[in-house]
Amino acid sequence: MTRLETIASVGRRALPNHWDVLALGAIMAAFVGIVHAFHGMNVPLPAANAPAVDLSYWSLPYYALRTVLRMFAALLCSFVFTFIYATLAAKSRRLEMVLIPILDVLQSVPILGFLSFTVTFFLGLFPGNVLGAECAAIFAVFTSQAWNMAFSFYQSLRTVPRDLDEVSRGFRLTGWQKFWQLEAPFAVPGLIWNTMMSMSGGWFFVVASEAITVGDTTITLPGVGSYIAAANDQGRWDAIIAAVVTMAVVILCYDQLLFRPIIAWAGKFRVETTQSQEIERSWALDVLRRTFWLRNAYLPLVRVLRSAALWRIGAPASFRKRRMNAPSAVGRILDAIWIAAVVAAALWALWTVIQYIGTELSWGDALDVVGLTCVTLLRVIVLMALASAIWVPASVWIGLRPRIAERVQPLAQFLAAFPVNLLFGAAVSLVLAFDLNPDIWLSLLIVFGTQWYIVFNVIAGATAFPNDLREAAANFHIRGWQWWRNVVLPGVFPYYFTGAITASGGSWNASIVAEYVKWKDHTVVAHGVGSYIAQATEKGDYPRIVLGVAIMSIFVTLFNRLFWRQLYAFAERRLRL
Amino acid sequence: MLDVSTTTATLLEVSHVSQTYLKGSGEVGQPVLDDVSLTLREGEIVGLLGRSGCGKSTLLRIIAGLAQPTSGSVKFQGQEVAGPVEGVAMVFQSFALYPWLTVLDNVEIGLRAQGENPEETRKRALAAIDLIGLDGFESAYPKELSGGMRQRVGFARALVVHPKILLMDEPFSALDVLTAETLRTDLLDLWSEGRMPIKSILMVTHNIEEAVLMCDRILVLASNPGRVAAEIKVPLVHPRNRLDPEFRQLVDQIYARMTQRPEAKPIGGRESALPGTGLAMALPRVSTNSLAGLIEEIAAPPYNGRADLPHLADSLNMEIDDLFPLAETLQLLRFAELEEGDIKLTPAGKRFADAEVDQRKKMVGDHLLAYVPLAARIRRVLDERPTHRAPATRFREELEDYMSEEYAERTLRSVINLGRYGELFAYDENAQAFSLENPQ
Repeated sequence: MTRLETIASVGRRALPNHWDVLALGAIMAAFVGIVHAFHGMNVPLPAANAPAVDLSYWSLPYYALRTVLRMFAALLCSFVFTFIYATLAAKSRRLEMVLIPILDVLQSVPILGFLSFTVTFFLGLFPGNVLGAECAAIFAVFTSQAWNMAFSFYQSLRTVPRDLDEVSRGFRLTGWQKFWQLEAPFAVPGLIWNTMMSMSGGWFFVVASEAITVGDTTITLPGVGSYIAAANDQGRWDAIIAAVVTMAVVILCYDQLLFRPIIAWAGKFRVETTQSQEIERSWALDVLRRTFWLRNAYLPLVRVLRSAALWRIGAPASFRKRRMNAPSAVGRILDAIWIAAVVAAALWALWTVIQYIGTELSWGDALDVVGLTCVTLLRVIVLMALASAIWVPASVWIGLRPRIAERVQPLAQFLAAFPVNLLFGAAVSLVLAFDLNPDIWLSLLIVFGTQWYIVFNVIAGATAFPNDLREAAANFHIRGWQWWRNVVLPGVFPYYFTGAITASGGSWNASIVAEYVKWKDHTVVAHGVGSYIAQATEKGDYPRIVLGVAIMSIFVTLFNRLFWRQLYAFAERRLRL
Repeated sequence: MLDVSTTTATLLEVSHVSQTYLKGSGEVGQPVLDDVSLTLREGEIVGLLGRSGCGKSTLLRIIAGLAQPTSGSVKFQGQEVAGPVEGVAMVFQSFALYPWLTVLDNVEIGLRAQGENPEETRKRALAAIDLIGLDGFESAYPKELSGGMRQRVGFARALVVHPKILLMDEPFSALDVLTAETLRTDLLDLWSEGRMPIKSILMVTHNIEEAVLMCDRILVLASNPGRVAAEIKVPLVHPRNRLDPEFRQLVDQIYARMTQRPEAKPIGGRESALPGTGLAMALPRVSTNSLAGLIEEIAAPPYNGRADLPHLADSLNMEIDDLFPLAETLQLLRFAELEEGDIKLTPAGKRFADAEVDQRKKMVGDHLLAYVPLAARIRRVLDERPTHRAPATRFREELEDYMSEEYAERTLRSVINLGRYGELFAYDENAQAFSLENPQ
């Protein structure tokens, strides 16, 4: 798997663009519908009767456990969603036309902005019950993982090697058998990689969604995120540090006990002709495989699952669905009807959204928000450029020295996973203490957590840089700026791209929490669409939230299309090693 | 275990099969296979011999029920084939083993998928593994094995379902020479001793000697579009000896047959409607260095301007897919002539062999303009236009009127490569455009 292909969503080039507008409309309409159904009835939000957060240290392990369980629940939901959604999209041409653009836009929607809607929805489902708030938090984490995972799975399903597919058809495997014998195993490496990447973002969301205020309702769920929120309110530095340490331990455990074993295990699913040089190892997996009583405990389960994978459900595939044959007249008419129905539904949805926003807001408001989004866009661009200018040279320097890279790499990965929003309050206290300009200094928080993606990807790129090219550069005395421009930068670019696009997506989301931060009873605000959405959320002003998120989504989508995709095409064409 | 009715019972009948793909633009493209018929009887090994791109693998997939022909029919034991059938198993060039399954699991999968009970499956799988010489490797994963061992797994997996017909898609071409030879002999031994539960083998190959070594009957396929050009019987008994004069003679005969051009003598005009001339001339993708190298090789002793193709292929260690494209390009450019399985340099070819680099480039340029209509056409368009630029797409589309998309692309690439070498024009890959100016 080459580096570029590992980003699930960027690799697809030809995408019908007019679908995006429709998909955006449909998604926004769904959210508006939720508000109409639950909030529009003018019933005040039922508050969940959760106990107050206890700031003593000994309650931290319990809070950490709750946070971890939330992550697990979200991960499970994401897997189920991925298997169903991606499979439908890959197997049905008509569903694919609808599902994939929706997924594409969903990826660009800063889901943190919609936390208020999901909270409303789930609290409405379980009135007066903590379960509603739990679901909302889990859903927030889910949204940060599911799209990426579904894309990865969908892409794997579409790129199953032809010969392996022919074997399964030749032996007349049924649809069920083929899915578990061929398609799912083939998708495993990409899926695991994307899951791990999304997981890093997940910590950010779980922390953000544990303590949230929507209108008059404040929801706190027992967890590390709400612990920090309480600590921020009281300005307790010691509690903040304790929570940060706890979080670090939790992330380390997740990595060592969950992901390392899974990656080591997933090595066998890689389709490659030779045994790869580096084999991922995991002490946890070794223990699991070698301990006698543990083996006896899980082997029966493995056996049951393996025979389940061979159940003869469904019919064997006959001829491959052939694109070569011109679709029949009936098929074409059905296609036309289907497309017309989808377009009509989406247009209606778009109209509903515009109407909903239009009841309270005018074009002037929309223009204001566009202006604010431009400010945030500027912030994202400047900070990404700044982070790149600092970290690319540094990471290249580290990456070309294997012994240092070996030690820095896990640290960078850890920092990328660490939910830096835990530290926002503390950072803002410094802004307050030195009376700094929030428009400038709060901006730094946007790339606070996301810059590490650039760091560890570029380090990986520099480590993998071919030695002969380096030697050639040394031999021909290529130095200084020329060395950077012609030798090393093109070489690490595909890796930088992977890191930068992840960081860019994360930065947009981060802006919603980073432009509007509280410390004790102070609130520090930077101008931008992020603070606009955050403020609207706090007031429970739904039309403004929809407007803010919609315009931000449009910007993010355009930014991805016009900038990242072009860059991807360039890298693909020119910089493949 | 043979239920012998008649020894020459027909197992498989392919009649008038054609295959056409739609072009990217949605129009119907040129056929890949054109009216192919063949029969496969019990007890024989039949080879489909052809160069890359002649549609032989497509034909094999149609027979396996993995692809549907545009027209024509395939009958297996009198039944129309409408999808993958029981009784036909395939061995792949790329082995196509599931990397996440062990050798044993890979072999068992065909039976398990059909719901065969686990004990019976295990018994038959172990028997197949034993037969094919894989004992001891049952719990290994494919990536731990060498290519030869992997292909043995491929054979065991196909044999374990007890197929009547074994289809083989260039099963030895991804292996090194020694491994391939071992596998061939092992397979032939099992076949002649009747130890395999199969009745007939149909194999695709581009290796002439392999075909003569293994097959009872060889169908030579011609390219663009793929069709059966000749049927050659191999009357030799197993085990065959590659050095046997009769063997050599058959190989020579097939070489001659495969290099024979039906349109060797073009009739008059440049834009003739005959396939293979005018814009319809399909060019293979070759490197200019290899072209020059081949001319030098033929010009030098011991060949002194005339070489026997099988001999040349052997001494240069080249497959026909490497050698034929070069030989044909030399023929198209009039640097050499092909006759009776020999390649002979023309006077121009001999001059080329002695020339300096700049002269060589000039010669290639001149010959391209004179003998390759597409190159002449591109040059003329560039000369006529005031901007001296032309997009590649217009020529590609013109080519697609005469040949499949794949061939059109290959031909265009080839002309770009030769034209750059001959300094006829420049080509900008990013803009996909021809021009006359070279970068300063």
